[in-house]
Amino acid sequence: MVPTDTRLVLTDGVFTAQLDAVDVPARHADPGERGARDTLRTQIRRLEHELSMLIVGAFPHVRPRDQAAESLGGPRLLSLGELERVRDELVDELRDVERQAHERAEIERRSRARLQRMALEPAHHKFARVEARDVGGICGVWQVRPRFGLLGMLAGWWELKLSSGCP
Amino acid sequence: MELKPDPGWCAPEVERELPGLSLPQTTIEPVLGRSLTGGSTPAVLARLRHLSDRWRGARVVNVRSEAVPATYRVLYRQIGLDPEQVRTPLEALVLERVLDGGFLSRGLLADVLAIALIDTGAPVWALDDERLQGPLGLRLSREGEPFGRCSGAPDLRQGRLVIADSAASVAILFGALAPGHAPDKQTRRLRLFSVQPPGVSDLHVEEALWQCRSLLAAGG
Repeated sequence: MVPTDTRLVLTDGVFTAQLDAVDVPARHADPGERGARDTLRTQIRRLEHELSMLIVGAFPHVRPRDQAAESLGGPRLLSLGELERVRDELVDELRDVERQAHERAEIERRSRARLQRMALEPAHHKFARVEARDVGGICGVWQVRPRFGLLGMLAGWWELKLSSGCP
Repeated sequence: MELKPDPGWCAPEVERELPGLSLPQTTIEPVLGRSLTGGSTPAVLARLRHLSDRWRGARVVNVRSEAVPATYRVLYRQIGLDPEQVRTPLEALVLERVLDGGFLSRGLLADVLAIALIDTGAPVWALDDERLQGPLGLRLSREGEPFGRCSGAPDLRQGRLVIADSAASVAILFGALAPGHAPDKQTRRLRLFSVQPPGVSDLHVEEALWQCRSLLAAGG
């Protein structure tokens, strides 16, 4: 069966591959199968592009999957089934990276809200800490500390400070 | 100095499946009296240092999203190579740069090929031209085919994408050169070739080949 409408659908931030399973040896391709392979190659190009942009945009908080994809044995012309497998693995990887990016965005959103509360009412967040990298920074820690040390602690003078901590 | 590379040839089954993929190539005679596998010249070493300064962490991270390297990543996927496991030429080189703290010298020819790759994103390989027969092209390896024409050459697996001349396969696409075909101390003429997928402009590839030619013809 040769797919006539192969496409990816984005639903709630998740890609769903819509392509019927086909596996015909590449060397006896009819024009319909060739069209399907062209479509798969186009999908692979688009998915690879989206994956790279996502990884670059969210670096270093997301990373591609560690495990190696099953080897296809060196450079070769892929059959329809193999192209499908490459496409499906890219879809899975994109989903995984999107999930990591989403989780990271949620951590940063919560940290920013907490940092804002610490800035507004430092006396209510004594010695609270927020890592700068959790609010989009690179290094350092935001911390509520007493001004002038022990004196500030006794007098209730609290302030939010960024300690560098950068190498 | 204009350079119009020969586009090479592509077997029909490869052309059908990967239309637009080509193998631009040119032949050059490096300056005699200097070993291609020996140490680099001061000018080449200075260029490597300059490029090391230009390629720092942020750019290394972003390289996969740049147009030319991204095109090679896509081609890798389309021919069954996973670019996260088998790195594309530029990504492999800039990763080494991060790990080594700079682009280290690996001999004149290797350094010149690296400079061309870093500057343009287009990889260039070199073969000993006198051991080749006719223009290079892309085809699939045949059953029981030896890798190169040296005696005792290992057999290739059938159906692999290989670079071949009119008589034998001389390299695996994005992989190893066949035994006996890599340039050595006796090499007098080089065949430089690149792999140009659709989406990488002629300009990038011609610039890469031209850089190699100018650096080697000038003795580095």
